[in-house]
Amino acid sequence: MIRDALTNEGIEVIYTGLHKTPEEIVNTAINEKVDVIGISSMTGAHNLIFQRVFELLNERGKNIPVFAGGIIPDGDIPKLKEMGIKEVFLPGTELKGIVEFIKGLS
Amino acid sequence: MAKVLVMKERKEKFTNLSNMDIKSVYTPEDVKNIEDSKDIGLPCEFPFTRGIHQTMYRGRLWTMRQFSGFGAAEDTNKRFKYLLKHGETGLSTAFDMPTLMGYDSDNPRAAGEVGVCGVAIDTIADMEILFDGIPLDEVTVSMTINAPASILLSMYIAVADKKGIPLNKLGGTTQNDMLKEYTAQKEWIFPPEPSLRLITDTIIYCARNLPKWHPISISGYHIREAGSTAVQELAFTLYDGLTYVEGVIKRGLSIDEFAPRLSFFFNSHNDFFEEIAKFRAARRIWAREIKKRYNPKDERSMTLRFHTQTAGCSLTAQQPYNNIVRVTLQALSAVLGGTQSLHTDSMDETYAIPTEEAVRIALRTQQIIAHESGVTNTIDPLGGSYYIENLTNKMEDAVYEYFKKLDDMGGMVSAIEKGFPQKEIKESAYSYQKEIDSKERLIVGVNDFIEEEKAPVEVFKTNPDVERKQIQRLKDIKGNRDKKRLKMALEDLKRAAHGDENLMPFIIEAVKSYATIGEICDVLKEVLGTYKEPIV
Repeated sequence: MIRDALTNEGIEVIYTGLHKTPEEIVNTAINEKVDVIGISSMTGAHNLIFQRVFELLNERGKNIPVFAGGIIPDGDIPKLKEMGIKEVFLPGTELKGIVEFIKGLS
Repeated sequence: MAKVLVMKERKEKFTNLSNMDIKSVYTPEDVKNIEDSKDIGLPCEFPFTRGIHQTMYRGRLWTMRQFSGFGAAEDTNKRFKYLLKHGETGLSTAFDMPTLMGYDSDNPRAAGEVGVCGVAIDTIADMEILFDGIPLDEVTVSMTINAPASILLSMYIAVADKKGIPLNKLGGTTQNDMLKEYTAQKEWIFPPEPSLRLITDTIIYCARNLPKWHPISISGYHIREAGSTAVQELAFTLYDGLTYVEGVIKRGLSIDEFAPRLSFFFNSHNDFFEEIAKFRAARRIWAREIKKRYNPKDERSMTLRFHTQTAGCSLTAQQPYNNIVRVTLQALSAVLGGTQSLHTDSMDETYAIPTEEAVRIALRTQQIIAHESGVTNTIDPLGGSYYIENLTNKMEDAVYEYFKKLDDMGGMVSAIEKGFPQKEIKESAYSYQKEIDSKERLIVGVNDFIEEEKAPVEVFKTNPDVERKQIQRLKDIKGNRDKKRLKMALEDLKRAAHGDENLMPFIIEAVKSYATIGEICDVLKEVLGTYKEPIV
C-alpha cells in the first residue's frame, strides 16, 4: 500500500519483500543506490533491527536516511531518533504525510 | 396543498465497508426473493443461517478465549493461569516470530524477536513448561501456528502423552491455514503444494487419533487485517476451506470422517450489521457447498463453526480508551452473528502486548455482553430483519462472484501464484486508507475529534533477559539429548518427506527425541523447498 502511494507520486520503490534481516536490507539499499530506506517493524524487535541497520551503514560508509513505520511504542521513539531515524510513522498516518516526508528529503 | 419538507441527507451515498450501497430504509420488497424455509429456517437446521446449535447461547455461552503469549514458556504459563482465574474458558497461544517462522531462538534471524510478540518455543521442554499445571483434558487450547503447525501439534501430543492423558481427550485447535498466509499474513516456510500436504496430513491424523481436536482454523481474520473488505474476507476464506476439503477427499477420506472437525476464524470489524450478515452468510454458503459437493450423511459436516476476534486493525493509537467501545460493538456483532468463541482485543494493542489490566477489561466486555445485555436470551434475534436478510443475501451473491473468478483461475493455489487475492486485498486496503485520508470516512480521534494530549496508557514490557535465558535453555537441551535417537528420527522424517506417507508420526517421534523446531524445519525445507513470494 505504501509502495502504491509512493509509486503513484512518481517515486521509484524497490520492495525487498517481508522478513528481511538488517544485512539483506542494507545490501539491497546499497546495490540499488536508493535515496532513502523505509523499514516497517511490527514485532517489537525495532530497537535491535534499527541499531544494526545503522551499524551496517556506518561500516560501509553510507549515509542513507532511514525512516520507520509499524507498531512502535511512543517511549521508544526518542531513542530511535537519537539513533538517526529521520521519522517514525505510526498507525493512523496519512499516506500523503509519508509522500511529503520523502519528497522533503530530496 | 400540504408542504413536505425533505431533509437533505448528510452524504450522497451511504455504503458499508464492502462498498455496497445502503438504502435509507428496507421493506418487505427487499426480502421478497427470500424463501424462509429454504434460505433462513431454524437454528440447527439446513442451511444453518440462524446458527448451528439448537439452543445456542441459551444452552452454552461462547468460549471466552483471549489470545496470549509472550516471553519464555513460564511467563505465558503464568498469564494463562491468570486468565483462567478470571473466568476465561479456553486458552489461546500466541507464539513469537521465530517460532512462527520455524527458527530456533539461537538463529541469527531470531535476534531481538525471542519472546517478544508471543511465547518462544524451541523444543518439547518449553511446551511442557507452557502447559504445566493446566489440565489438558479439561481446558481446550488453541494454538495460532501455521507453517510449523504440525510440529507444535506434535509437541502438544507428546506433552499430553507424557502426562498420561489419552489423545482422545485432547480438545483444541491448531490454526494450520497456509493459504491465508500466502494471501495475507505472510508467515510462510514451504511452497503452497507441500504446505497443503502437511495440512492434509494433520487433518487425517487428527481424524483418526484426536477426535476432539480441530486440526485447522480456516482464517479470514488475517485477510481482513491485511485490508480486505468483508466480502473478500468471506469469499477467500470459504474458498480456502473448500480447497482443504478437496485435498482430504482426494486422499480417500469420506466427508463425514473429518468435516465435523473443521473450524473457521473470522474478523469482526466496525460495520455492525455488515459483520452480522457476513457470519450468517458464511454458515449458509458453507452448508450449501458441502451438501452440493459431497452430500454428507452427518449434518455436522455442513455446519460452519467459528471463532471471532475483534478487528485489531480498527484500533487506534490515538485516544486508546475509545478502543474499549469499538471492541464492545464488534464483539456484539460476533455474538449476534452466532460465534462459538470470541477474543476481544485490548485497548492498548496498538502499542504492545496488552497489560493484565487491559486484558481483564477486554474479558469483562464479553462477560457484560453475555450476562447483562440480554442479547443471549434468544437465538439470532436479527433474523427476519429486512435489512439483515437482504444484506445476508447480498454477501452471498458477492461471494459467488469471487468463487467464479477463482474457479476460472484454476483454484486458489494458482490464483495465489498469479497474485490475485493479494492484489484484490491490497487495492481494498489502499482505497480504504484514501477514504480516511480524504475524510470521506471518519475515524474518531484519527481524522476528526482529534485531541492534542494522548490518554496515558501503561505499555507492557517483555523481560529483556528472555532471549539470553531461552538460548541458554536450548543449549542445555541440545547438550543432553540422546543423539542416536535424534539422528534416526530426523533421518526417518527426511525419508518419509520424500515419499507420500503421513508425516505426523515421524514429526511426533522427532519432537519426542528433543529435536528443535529449527532442526525439523531444516529437514523439511531440504525436501519440500522454501517459498518465494510473487511481487504484486
